[in-house]
Amino acid sequence: MRIFDPHIHMTSRTTDDYEAMYAAGVRAVVEPAFWLGQPRTSPESFYDYFDGLLGWEPYRAAQFGIQHFCTIALNPKEANDPRCVPVLDELDRYLAKDRVVAVGEIGYDSMTPQEDEALARQLQLAIEHELPALVHTPHRDKATGTRSTLDVVRESGIAPELVVLDHLNELTVGMVLDSGCWAGFSIYPKTKMSEDRMVEILKEHGTERVLVNSAADWGRSDPLKTRKTADAMLAAGFDEDDVDKVLWRNPVAFYGQSGRLELDEPKPDEEATFQGNSIRRGGA
Amino acid sequence: MAAVMTASHSTPADPRPALAALLDPTARTWLDESAAKVAADPAAVRRLFPAVRRRCGHGRLTDYWTVDEAARAVLLTALPLRDQALADEITRLHRHGDPAEQRAVLRTLPLLDLGDLALPLVRESLRGNDTTLIEAALGPYAAAHLPHAEYRQAVLKCVFCEIPLDRVTGLDSRADRELARMLADFAHERIVAGRDVPHDILPVVRAFPDVIGAELKHALTDVLTDVLKEEG
Ligand SMILES: [Zn+2]
Repeated sequence: MRIFDPHIHMTSRTTDDYEAMYAAGVRAVVEPAFWLGQPRTSPESFYDYFDGLLGWEPYRAAQFGIQHFCTIALNPKEANDPRCVPVLDELDRYLAKDRVVAVGEIGYDSMTPQEDEALARQLQLAIEHELPALVHTPHRDKATGTRSTLDVVRESGIAPELVVLDHLNELTVGMVLDSGCWAGFSIYPKTKMSEDRMVEILKEHGTERVLVNSAADWGRSDPLKTRKTADAMLAAGFDEDDVDKVLWRNPVAFYGQSGRLELDEPKPDEEATFQGNSIRRGGA
Repeated sequence: MAAVMTASHSTPADPRPALAALLDPTARTWLDESAAKVAADPAAVRRLFPAVRRRCGHGRLTDYWTVDEAARAVLLTALPLRDQALADEITRLHRHGDPAEQRAVLRTLPLLDLGDLALPLVRESLRGNDTTLIEAALGPYAAAHLPHAEYRQAVLKCVFCEIPLDRVTGLDSRADRELARMLADFAHERIVAGRDVPHDILPVVRAFPDVIGAELKHALTDVLTDVLKEEG
């Protein structure tokens, strides 16, 4: 079984996770730029983070046989801090880079005017850079937030097939699929969406334009939720081809629209270093 | 006795003829148009410079250039900026660049009229551990602009990082007695520790025979004999 996790924050995960993910079949991941828990207070913190998503983390992932790509954006939470907003002026540089396969995570957190501005501006950047957009939907007042998000996406003029709305549930999936956008689901250990509910959604809405991710990060989360969803699909009567479509071909099709998803299976190489620094301990 | 082999101290060749011969029409058109955009609006380089690798490729072009480095050099030399303004634009490209972009900036420095203004970029690379960046930093620009003490430290760092010294520009003209002493002391430490001495330091040491103490001379004679046998 080959698995592509289209949304996971590997920067917050351990090498044990990488090993377990490889053993479970994960061969490629996309790491969206997001909030780090501790708020950033200057644009420079973002640039170092972006550099890590493009340099150190793909190197680390490759040691475990996993290809790592990323999405770049000013996230909605920090779009509300005027100290962070100047990041928008430098995004052009990062959105032009080879391993950047979408603009994201963008979207709404608390539905503020600042979030409106950042969302609209970054959807324009996606159009200019011919990139897909990964749009986060708010955890509070989700249905209203999702509806507003779809309005902004429509007004922006970006093609709906270039947009995924993420963290959806039973109440928001219908309107997103009807809009022509992709529907993303984050499978969490306790809250939000479980693998069994995900299987029910797939039964009702089909496997077209659906992405399933673990969204694992620094919070309580599980980087193997993609595999567990695949197993739940098989147990519920879906076949291997359905699983391959949802967990590999769909994310490849979505991010492949960037023209930058160069997938070859990376081989683990114990000797490789990134900028002379290695993940081996006691070594260089 | 073999001469100290070093990369040429002079400016690298203009990469455009070699690029024109190698790039396919689509890539060549993209690069020509991009250079024209940069010449008309320097800020355009911020979006075009990172995109070069997937537009033009990344194989080896000449001894000095890879294809992506050469194509990036074309964009940088198209910048209609001078002095501090040019240094600022280049510095920001380097700061926001991935390692391949940073190597391209470093390799292009000798083609840009920057005086000492790009030395901070060279120093940043020399502080790091990425041997590809250290090597790219120690080209004709560093050979011409890096102060003596820093140049010697850089050569010593190459020896520690196992970067062959024939990849360091300017060693033939800049190797001096103090550098020879540092390398002789290094060789001495290695010999005392029972470890190998990299052979490429020997020409520099031999050019200043008085830095070699009696004890080292004895040890080095053995090493030299081996080298001469190999060269023989
Ligand atoms: Zn996320």
